[in-house]
Amino acid sequence: MSETAVAVSGVGKRFGSTEALAGVSFDVAEGELFGLVGPDGAGKTTLFRVLTTLIVPDAGSATVLGLDVVRDLWAIRARVGYMPGRFSLYGDLTVAENLSFFASVFGTTVERGLDLIAPVYRQIEPFANRRADALSGGMKQKLALSCALVHRPDILFLDEPTTGVDAVSRREFWDQLRVLRNSGLTIVVSTPYMDEAMRCDRVALMQGGRILQIDPPGEIGIRYPLPIVAVTGGDRYRLLLSLREAPHAHAVYPFGSELHYTDDRAGLDVRQVASELRAYMGAHAFSGVDVRPIAAGIEDAFMELMTRPAQQAS
Amino acid sequence: MTAPTIRAHGLTRRFGAFTAVDNISFSVGAGEVFGFLGANGAGKTTAIRMLTGLLAPTSGEAQVAGLDVASQMDQIRRRIGYMSQRFSLYDDLTVLENIGLYGGIYGLAGEQIAQRSSAMLKRLNLADDLVGRLPLGWKQKLAFSVALLHDPAVVFLDEPTGGVDPITRRQFWELIYAAAERGTTVFVTTHYMDEAEYCDRISIMVDGRIAALGTPAELKAKWDVPTIDELFVRLARPA
Repeated sequence: MSETAVAVSGVGKRFGSTEALAGVSFDVAEGELFGLVGPDGAGKTTLFRVLTTLIVPDAGSATVLGLDVVRDLWAIRARVGYMPGRFSLYGDLTVAENLSFFASVFGTTVERGLDLIAPVYRQIEPFANRRADALSGGMKQKLALSCALVHRPDILFLDEPTTGVDAVSRREFWDQLRVLRNSGLTIVVSTPYMDEAMRCDRVALMQGGRILQIDPPGEIGIRYPLPIVAVTGGDRYRLLLSLREAPHAHAVYPFGSELHYTDDRAGLDVRQVASELRAYMGAHAFSGVDVRPIAAGIEDAFMELMTRPAQQAS
Repeated sequence: MTAPTIRAHGLTRRFGAFTAVDNISFSVGAGEVFGFLGANGAGKTTAIRMLTGLLAPTSGEAQVAGLDVASQMDQIRRRIGYMSQRFSLYDDLTVLENIGLYGGIYGLAGEQIAQRSSAMLKRLNLADDLVGRLPLGWKQKLAFSVALLHDPAVVFLDEPTGGVDPITRRQFWELIYAAAERGTTVFVTTHYMDEAEYCDRISIMVDGRIAALGTPAELKAKWDVPTIDELFVRLARPA
């Protein structure tokens, strides 16, 4: 059994009238790549700030590497790497200077961290003398990750490292996280991109300061409570509007080149739902429409959970 | 056949020795939803700045709503709408104040502004609160409606759905479809590859050039890939 790297129990945080965290609980195992998935305003950043000891929670308790986030803040700070959501480097310093600076703050040198950061840093090393301000988005992100790793932390917190980054750079970034995770590092990472959740060992779906569900990404859809089918073909916008009017439509959303239709009758055989829908589409003069039962994905699950009255996953 | 709303021919922009946009040609029809994709640094922003009359082309030409981007910039700005994730509305003004401000900038009469404002609040089901107090998703929907306030021929959307929850993201796309149904041309950039599939046609820019152009279905068939995401990765980072 692996050790617990992060233990969060009933953590709440309020800013004025905004409840940023409404009693959040979860554990992260040592060596796990754990994802917090949710839109802006879900509470992800507040949670990171609690775990990195930058703010004190109003309620509940949390430990990181067995240390209390309020009482043991100095001990925690020496052992975590943190990449905040906003660009946090010194724009006037060069790439190499930023890295040396972060190493020196933690009382170490770049050389001592080099083997760990090498896979990431190698890609920006040709620009070592360029000012950080003059880097592209993808390169800034690689430098920020290098700076968060240079002191060889025992756990890494990454707050939306891929926001605003193109699809290719995002993939490369997740490949690098996988390498770090395979070397034994514990990583907690947040993202608003649902597809990135697939790259985590486990994910927590967050919305409005609450955790809606925690599961391995491949299992999130298993708990989807209603029959769901994919519909393709025809004029998509008209098809969408028409499907919403179907007698048992619970939710109809565009999904890439498909529409996902969720029926409101729990437990009904999905094949019956599909054949009823085919008849419905035929009666409404849509031709060439294909209806196919599917397994719910993370985004289906997220949207279903979002629209239900607030409840916490434990 | 109606004339295209956007037509670019050999459009090029150099900064010193660097060619940001390299001889691109395409056209977009009225009421079309056109996805303009590319990796960071591929030249999308430079191309959009030329199409919106903010930056002069080094060579080549483009017309937007029948107007030349190099010589008729001032007229173009009255015929286009623009919204981005970074800059949309003023947080410390109310919803109505924002609408009034943009209506004035776009040259609408006071009466028109009043009529369209109340219609917009009703359609979006919004109260007249400070914009800064609205959730991000509502701000983005409002910003989109404001960009359409003056009935532009084309609306340019630069990553309009970044950071927005998955339901609001889809509601936003339904606003896009509805605008396109009314005949507005929609020119949109996004990093969400599933959204690329919502477009009528897309282009993918690589190193200043258009590397792919067509309907999502055509492009997937041509390159034999299951998703636009796969195609994007293949084009943007050739192995």
